Amino acid sequence: MTQESENNTLGDNDRKAAALGSGADTVDAMQAAADGDQYLTFTLGEEEYGVDILRVQEIKGWQRTTPIPNTPHYVKGVINLRGTIVPVIDLRERFGMSAQEYSKFTVVVMVRVFSGSRERIMGLVVDALSEVYTFQPEQIRPAPEFGAALRTNFLRGLATVDDNKMVIILDVDELLSDEDLAIADDQSRIAAVVRADSEGGTEHGND
Amino acid sequence: MAKILAVDDSASMRQMVTYTLKQQGYEVTEAVDGQDALSKAKSGSFDLVITDVNMPKMDGITLVRELRGLPDLKFTPILLLTTESAPEKKQEGKQAGATGWLVKPFDPDQLVNTIKKVIR
Amino acid sequence: MSVDLSQFLQTFFEESFEGLDTMESGLLELDPEQPNSETLNNVFRAAHSIKGGAGTFGLTAVSDFTHRLETLLDRLRDGTQSVTADRVNVLLNAVDCLRGMLEAIQNEQELDADALSNAQKRLDQELAAGDGGGGASATAPATEPATPPAAPQPSAGNPSPGGGDGTSRGGWWIRFEPEPHLFATGNDPRRLFLALQDLGDLEVECDTSGLPPLSGLDPETCQLAWTLRLHAAVEESAIREVFEWVEDDALIDIRPLDAVQPEEDSVAQEPGSASASAAPAPEASAGAGSGGGDGKGVAGKGGGKGGRGGGSGSASSIRVDTEKIDALIDMVGELVITQSMLSQIGKEFTEQRLEELQDGLAQLERNTRELQENVMRIRMVPISFAYSRLPRIVHDTSRALGKTVDFQMEGEQTELDKTVMEKIIDPLVHLVRNSVDHGIEAPEERTAAGKPETGTITIEAYHKGGNIIIEISDDGRGINRDKLLGKARAAGLVEDGSELADEQIYDLIFHPGLSTHDQATEYSGRGVGMDVVKRNVRSLSGNIHVRSTHGQGTTITISLPLTLSILDGQLFRVGDQTYIIPLVSVIESLQVDASKVSRVTSRGEVYHWREGYVPIVRLHELFDTEPVRKELAGGLMVIVEDEDTYLGVFVDDLLDQQQVVIKSLEANYLQVPGIAGATILGDGTVALILDIAGLIEMSRGGRRQPYIPQQDDADEAA
Repeated sequence: MTQESENNTLGDNDRKAAALGSGADTVDAMQAAADGDQYLTFTLGEEEYGVDILRVQEIKGWQRTTPIPNTPHYVKGVINLRGTIVPVIDLRERFGMSAQEYSKFTVVVMVRVFSGSRERIMGLVVDALSEVYTFQPEQIRPAPEFGAALRTNFLRGLATVDDNKMVIILDVDELLSDEDLAIADDQSRIAAVVRADSEGGTEHGND
Repeated sequence: MAKILAVDDSASMRQMVTYTLKQQGYEVTEAVDGQDALSKAKSGSFDLVITDVNMPKMDGITLVRELRGLPDLKFTPILLLTTESAPEKKQEGKQAGATGWLVKPFDPDQLVNTIKKVIR
Repeated sequence: MSVDLSQFLQTFFEESFEGLDTMESGLLELDPEQPNSETLNNVFRAAHSIKGGAGTFGLTAVSDFTHRLETLLDRLRDGTQSVTADRVNVLLNAVDCLRGMLEAIQNEQELDADALSNAQKRLDQELAAGDGGGGASATAPATEPATPPAAPQPSAGNPSPGGGDGTSRGGWWIRFEPEPHLFATGNDPRRLFLALQDLGDLEVECDTSGLPPLSGLDPETCQLAWTLRLHAAVEESAIREVFEWVEDDALIDIRPLDAVQPEEDSVAQEPGSASASAAPAPEASAGAGSGGGDGKGVAGKGGGKGGRGGGSGSASSIRVDTEKIDALIDMVGELVITQSMLSQIGKEFTEQRLEELQDGLAQLERNTRELQENVMRIRMVPISFAYSRLPRIVHDTSRALGKTVDFQMEGEQTELDKTVMEKIIDPLVHLVRNSVDHGIEAPEERTAAGKPETGTITIEAYHKGGNIIIEISDDGRGINRDKLLGKARAAGLVEDGSELADEQIYDLIFHPGLSTHDQATEYSGRGVGMDVVKRNVRSLSGNIHVRSTHGQGTTITISLPLTLSILDGQLFRVGDQTYIIPLVSVIESLQVDASKVSRVTSRGEVYHWREGYVPIVRLHELFDTEPVRKELAGGLMVIVEDEDTYLGVFVDDLLDQQQVVIKSLEANYLQVPGIAGATILGDGTVALILDIAGLIEMSRGGRRQPYIPQQDDADEAA
C-alpha cells in the first residue's frame, strides 16, 4: 500500500493553514474578534463554503484513504490521524458535483462533528482553502427554501462578502449526521441549486 | 500533638484506629505488621505505640520486645490490642515490656479512653 | 464522640474475603498426616482477624460464628485436637458459610439460617469431640466454646478478679510499691496518680527510703514507693482498674481509709516497708477531680446495627504494582517535558523551526504510545486469581467421587488482562472439574492399570508470543478415541466411512451433547459441557485444543490473547487493499482446486473441503472492489470458521501473520457490517479487520448492502 505525502505541504493553501495557527492562537483570534464569529471558507468548484472555525481541528493534505465497503460513494474511506481512525468525506461528491482528481494540493479539513453527546472527527475533502471571515450573526441570512425534495437542514445560511460574493455557511453536524454517512442518497443536488443562485467568482488563496 | 504508631495487619482495624485517633487530634502513623512497625519506629519518634498481637512476619509480642531494645522507645507507652479469647497474651505482653492493653472488640470511645490513660 | 463504624465495613469485607481465601487455600494444603504448623497458624490468624473485625464493627453473628471456628483451629494448632480430613472439611464448610454470611451482610440480604446452623452444628460436634477423642491430655471443657462470647464488652475494662466489692465512703488508703523495672514497661506512676485524681481528691506521699546512695542511683529504675489517700466514695474496683496494667509490677495494697486511719500513727507496718517517712508530694494532691471516671465507653451499641451501609455498590477495582505506577509517572513526566517544548516552539514559531516542531511531534507521538502501552499493562493481573477457586474444586469433587488427586498449579504469576482473566475463570473451573470427574480414574482402577493410586492434575500458564497459554493436564484414562468417534457417528455428526484426523476427533468433545462418560454424574452435568467452554474461549478470541492418549491422560490447551485490544491476524490482499482476518478464525489457507468448486443454485458457489461443502465468498464482490484476480481456479482461499460455520474467503494474495492493535471504526464513523475494526499498519496506513460472524451473515445475503434501504422503504420515505 503506497502512501502519498502524509505530511505534505499545502502549496497555495499552507498560508491559510498557517493563518489558522494552533488551537490556542485560534481562540485568541476569536477573542480579538470580540463580537461576530469567524468562518473558514473553502471552495468547491465555483462556490465558496464556510464552516465555523471553532469546529476546524486542523488542515491536512490529501492522503490515500482505505475504502470502507458498502458505504456511500462520497465516503472516501478512513485515514490514520495520529493513531485514530477518521473517515474522509468528499464534499464535491456529497453535493453531487463532478468528482475531481485528487492532487497534492487537494485539502482535507478536519472538523469536529457533534451528534448528541458524541464528538467525532471527520475529514472534508475540498478544492482549496479560501479565507477566514468574521460575520456578525445578522450578516448570515437564512438559506432559501428549495422545496421538500431537497434537504437544506445542513445549510446554516448565506453570507455576502465584498458586496457580491456569496459564502454558503454549512452546519457540519447536520451535514455529517449518521444517516448522511450511511445512506447513499441522491438528495445532494442541493449544491447545484445553490450554484444556480450564486454569482461571482471565487478567489483562490491570495491570487 | 502526640504522635502515635498504630500497628495492625487488618486494614479495617487500622482505618478505624487511625480515623478515631486523628479525630482526637493525634498524629498517626500506620504499620501493617511487626517488621513494618519496627522499621518505622526506628526512623521516627513516637509518644505511643498501639499494636495488634496476632500479625504475620512479626507478632505484637515480639515487636514489643524489639521496641524496648530501641533507646528512643525504652520508656514509651506501648499498648497491646488483645482479644478476650487469648487472655494469656496480656501477661506475655507485659513480660515483653508492654505498658498495657485494650481488649478487642473495642469501640472508638474505649480506644480514646484507654489512650488518655497513657497520654495526658 | 461519634465515629460511624459503617465507613470501615467495605474494607472489612474486602480483607475478610481475602482472609477466607487464605483460610481455604491453607486448609486445602493441610496434610492430615503431618499438618504444617505455619499453615495452621496462617489459617488461625485469618480467622482471628475476621473475628476481631466483626466484633469491632458490630457484626455479632459473624464474630460468634468465627469464634467457634477459631477455637477449633486453635486446638488443631496447639495439638489438643488432631487434624483429620473430616475436620478439614468441617472447617472448609465453615469457611463457605462465613463467606456466605459476609456476602449476605454486604449485599443486605437475608442470612442463610439453615446453612449457618448446619455449619455451626458441625463445628460444635468437632469441638465436643475434642475432649473424648483427644487422648491423654485433658482439654478445656467442651461447653466453653459452644457458648458464644458475650457480645461486645460491657464497659471499659474487666473488673479485676478478686477485687473488692464494696464502696468505702470514707475513701481509700493505697500503698504502691513498684518493682524497679516499672519504667521499662512504659508505665509512669505519675499517670496513675493523675488517673486516681480523676476519681477524687488525692494525697500523695512519696517514700524515698528505698533510694540507694547517689553513686548507686540508676535513673532508669524505679526505687520509690508511695502512700496515697484517695478521698472519694468509689468502688475498690475503680481503683484496681487504674492499677490494672501494673498489678504484676508492683505491690499494691488497697484498704478503706477508715480502717487504716486509726493505725495511721503506728506507721503502716503491715503494708509498707519498715519506715514510712512521710514526704508529701504537695503538687499531686491539689487536683480537684471529682467526676467519677470520665465517660465510660458505652459499648454494646454495636450489637447488630452498623452492619449495613457502605457495602452495596462495590465498584470493581484493581490492584496495581507500585512499579507500574512509577513507570507511568515517569512517562507522564516525559510527556510534560515534550509538551512544554512544543508550546515553546508554538510561541515563537517561524518556518525555520518546522523541523524542530516535527521532531517534537514525533516525540509526543512516542510518549503517547508508550503511555498507552503502559496504561494497558495496568490492566494486566496475575492469573493466580483465576486459579484460586481450583484447589477447592479438586478437593470437593475428588472427595465426592472417592478419588485422590494431587493438584499442581504452575505459572501463577503469569499476567493477562483483567477482563480476560475474569471471563476465563468459569471455563477453567469446568475443565478442572472434568479432569477429576472424567479424567482421573478411581483408585482401584488406577492400581489395576499400574498407575499410582493418586492421580495428578496440573494447570500451567505461560506466555507465548502475544498469547497466554493455559494447559490443564491429567494422568487419567484419556479419551477413548474410537468410542468418541462411534458416538459422533451415532449422533450423525460424522459421516459413516469418513476418516478424521485425531485432532478433529478429539475436538468433537466440544460438540454440544457429546459426553464420553457413560452416565452423567453430578459433577459432569450434561447441559453445561465442553461446548460452552469452547464458546467462552472463542468469545475471548481464544482457541482451545485437546491432546489425549488413551490410558495415559489428557491435556487441554487454551490460548488466549493477553488483552482484548490486540489480536493475531492473517493479513491478505484484495485489489489494492490489505485486510486482516483474526487468526483465531482461520482454519486453513489453500489454493483453489477448480475441480472441487461447484455451483449450487440457491447458495452460489461451494467448495468441497474435508468432509463437506463450504460456501465460497468472493470478498471483492461482497465489498464491491476491483480485484486482481477473478478466476477461482488456482487462486487463494482462506477457510474461516465462526461457531462451527465455515466459509471460504477468496482473496488475491496472502501476506504475513502479525499482531495488530484493534482500533475502533465506530469512534469517528459508524459500525460497518463485516468489519470488526481497523488497525494501523507499519507504514501508517489503515487496514480493516474482518468480522467473520458478520461476513458469514452477509454471505448468506442477510445484509448484503446494509446501508442502502430496501427500495420499498425508500419509496415510503419519499
